Amino acid sequence: MTYQFTVSPDFSPDHLSGWYIFNTWLQKQTGEGIHLEMYNSFQEQGTAIQNDGVDLIYANPFDAAMLVRDKGFCPLAKPVGVADEALIAVSADSAIYDVADLSLGTKIAMTDDPDVRMMGMMLLEPGDLSANNTQIIHCNAYILVAKQLLQGHADVGVFLAEAYDDLSGMIKSKLRVLVRSEISVIHHALMAGPNLAHRKEELQALLVAMGADDKGRDVLKNLGFEAWATVDHEDMEFMIDLMDALAV
Amino acid sequence: MRDFKPEDVVGGYKEAVLDLYGGLRRVVFYTNIETPYPDGKLIVSTTDTNGIITHGNKAFVEMSGYTLDELIGSPHSILRHPDMPAVAFKDLWDTVSKGEHWQGIVKNLRKDGGYYWVKATVIPNIRQGKLVSYTSVRRKPSRTKVEECTVLYASLK
Repeated sequence: MTYQFTVSPDFSPDHLSGWYIFNTWLQKQTGEGIHLEMYNSFQEQGTAIQNDGVDLIYANPFDAAMLVRDKGFCPLAKPVGVADEALIAVSADSAIYDVADLSLGTKIAMTDDPDVRMMGMMLLEPGDLSANNTQIIHCNAYILVAKQLLQGHADVGVFLAEAYDDLSGMIKSKLRVLVRSEISVIHHALMAGPNLAHRKEELQALLVAMGADDKGRDVLKNLGFEAWATVDHEDMEFMIDLMDALAV
Repeated sequence: MRDFKPEDVVGGYKEAVLDLYGGLRRVVFYTNIETPYPDGKLIVSTTDTNGIITHGNKAFVEMSGYTLDELIGSPHSILRHPDMPAVAFKDLWDTVSKGEHWQGIVKNLRKDGGYYWVKATVIPNIRQGKLVSYTSVRRKPSRTKVEECTVLYASLK
C-alpha cells in the first residue's frame, strides 16, 4: 500500500524541497511507500481529506478539529520551538498607531491561511473590527500582503509572524508592526490518519530520534526547525478547544 | 478560598462581601486602579467541573497578580469583582453546563485590589462524550464593549 502524505498549503516556499527530502527519509525509515502530494489551496486539500485521500498530514491547527474529531486522525509530533503567531502591520507612514484607532470599513490584506486569519481578526477586535464591518483584500502570499500596504491599497495587513520576520529588511523598513500575538500554544502538527494509526508509536519514536541524529538534523534543517516533539491526544484536544474558543 | 489581605492591596480601597457560587462568601478589597489588558496575549485557565482552577498560563498569573500556587486549587471566583452582577455568572454556568460555549465581557479582580477587563470565552471540555473540565480563554476587549458593559452591569446590581 502506498500512503498519501500532504503538507498544509501555507508551508514556506523555502521549505518545499525540504518536505520532499523529509518524505524520502520517512520512506527509508518505515520501509513503506509514501507519496507526497502538495495541494495548492486549503480547498483542494480539504477535498482530498474528505475523500479519505490523506493518510499523513502536516496540518494547520485550524484543520486539527476536523481531522481528529471527524476523520479519526491522531497527533504524532510538532516542531520544537515553533508556534504559529500572527501580527498586524501597517505602512510605516500610516497615521494609525493602535488597533483601537482603526475605523469601520478598514481595508485588511490577508492570505487564506486559516489560523493566521483567525488570530489576525482576534488582534483587530479591540478596534471593534470583524469580517462583517471591514473590507478583506485576499492575497496569495505574504509578500503580496506587504505589497498591498506599500501601494496604499490596504490599511492593515495580517501576517504569519514568521513570514513577516522573513521579509527583506528593505520591505520591513517601510512597514510598522501594530500588534503581535503571544499565544505560544497554537502550532502545526504531523498527524496520522486511521490507516497509519497502528504505527503511531513507531512513527513518533522515529520522528523524535531525528533531532539526535546528524542525518536527521540535516533533513529537519531543510524544514526550518531542529527537532520534533511528540504531541499526545490531550495536548491536541487542548489546542482544539482553544481554537474553538477563539473562533467565536 | 484564600482570604483577601489589606497588605496586598495597592492604593486606597473599598470593602465588599461577595456571595459566590457554591455557597461561598468572601470579603474583598478593591481599588479604582485598572491594569490594561496586554496586546496580543491570551489568558488561559482550566477548571474542573466544580470551577476549581487546575491549570493557568503565564499571562493568567501576570494579570491576576497571584502566584500559580495560589491559583491552583482555588475556585475561579477568586477573580470575581464586586462590580460584576451575579446574573452574569448564573448565565455562564447555565450555558456551559448545557455543553455550550459562553462568551462575555468580564471585569476581574486582581490580588492587589485593582481590576482588568477581558473578553472571556468559556468552553466545556468534552472527552469521549463526557464533560471533564472547562477552559476559559480571555482576550483584549474593545473599549466600546467595556463602556457598554460598565453601564449594563451597574444596572443589573
